[in-house]
Amino acid sequence: MLSKRIIPCLDVRDGKLTKGVRFKGNIDIGDPVEAAKTYYEQGADEIVFYDITASAEGRGIMIDVVRRVAETIFIPFSVGGGIRTVEQMRAVILAGAEKVSVNSGAIENPRIISEGAKAFGSQCIVLGMDVKKVDRSAKTPSGYEIVIQGGRKYTGIDALRWAIEAESLGAGEICLNSIDADGTLDGYELELTHLVSTNVRIPVIASGGAGKAEHLFDVLTRGVADAALIASIVHYGTYAIRDLKEYLSGRGVKVRRQW
Amino acid sequence: MISIIDYHAGNLTSVARALQYLGEPCEITGDPRKLQKAERIIFPGVGAAGEAMENLRAAGLDACIRGAFQAGKPILGICLGTQVIFDYSEENEAACLGVVPGQVRRFPRDLKENGRPLKIPHMGWNRVDFVGDHPVFKGIPQGAEFYFVHSYYPFPDDERRVAGWSEYGIRFCAVVADRNMVAVQFHAEKSGRFGLQILKNFCKWEGRDAQ
Repeated sequence: MLSKRIIPCLDVRDGKLTKGVRFKGNIDIGDPVEAAKTYYEQGADEIVFYDITASAEGRGIMIDVVRRVAETIFIPFSVGGGIRTVEQMRAVILAGAEKVSVNSGAIENPRIISEGAKAFGSQCIVLGMDVKKVDRSAKTPSGYEIVIQGGRKYTGIDALRWAIEAESLGAGEICLNSIDADGTLDGYELELTHLVSTNVRIPVIASGGAGKAEHLFDVLTRGVADAALIASIVHYGTYAIRDLKEYLSGRGVKVRRQW
Repeated sequence: MISIIDYHAGNLTSVARALQYLGEPCEITGDPRKLQKAERIIFPGVGAAGEAMENLRAAGLDACIRGAFQAGKPILGICLGTQVIFDYSEENEAACLGVVPGQVRRFPRDLKENGRPLKIPHMGWNRVDFVGDHPVFKGIPQGAEFYFVHSYYPFPDDERRVAGWSEYGIRFCAVVADRNMVAVQFHAEKSGRFGLQILKNFCKWEGRDAQ
């Protein structure tokens, strides 16, 4: 039986963490490689890097970060943020990332999913989706819409339809971020997660809203997510990954407990 | 020197990075002559069996791997490398190397666990129960988990060649051991400390299945 994965997400700009990570025990870290190493040692099952660098020069720095991470940790990790071409994907994968995630780049050009899957295999291609709850309509029958630019721009694309289309194009996994829940620390969007996860046959990583261990339990059970993305809940030292795993395991969720 | 076989099947550098981290010199090569000189061989790979076999044949690596196995050289298969050592794979209905008697099967499409349909590929961390005390798996605790990404699994003709079982809707063979060959379905190079331990053990192993 597969373990449910616990995945810390690190935001990077110009090769540095956007906010220093303050681990439980008060170690303050600004270097993404050091932070990744610490989470690796603390039992993260995978790590997600989200690169918000805008400049081409900064992208080069990120490739170097990816290379150093790959020499330091020996679990899978993914890199996303602004990826629009197969060449950008290739650079990230050759530098040592297992997976790349595409988000708005795939909305502009859905073929990047199929081209990426053909070049590197579906298991390498993660579709990142930013989603907001909306009124059900002919355009958005699921009641969830894809948004871009950090939630400022509505695309008119139904979230469930997009998830299913991305799967058929060859996406290997979906990272499903609820813009409504993101940053609230009030829990994941369970209804959305359940809806997507039970309608695709690729793994779904739930994202946005984790503030307590209980929230992870909810999304991995009632939300039927395969993995939970976490950020502030561990970055600010509220929990160590081991605490979260002990809690989940105590409530009957299978997680990896030896590392 | 450890040679990592390059047959254009995915990103082989992750295995090389793990060996470098362990301080084990290695080279990535698709040259049969270099492989003949190698002290031990790692046979990794990501992708599909049909294309992998075409690439191996085109480079003359199929005969080279069979020769290395017959010569008693320690060989470690990883993921796709583990699958193509068998006679046949259901993936692309490919005839494979035939080093270990058996086949490679696809996970059934209607796979279920506790009434819920299971997703394919089998991707993520799963427990492996090792059988016996093979030197390559020394120091790995019972219940240790490893990172898998696959839709097909090995099915050796002789169950005595199964050195580790895993479960995903069905019980399947996750580790194969046959004389100087060990082969793992999971990605040892991406399975944290226990995966690195297996690579480290392999680098010291002389190719005999009992010590």
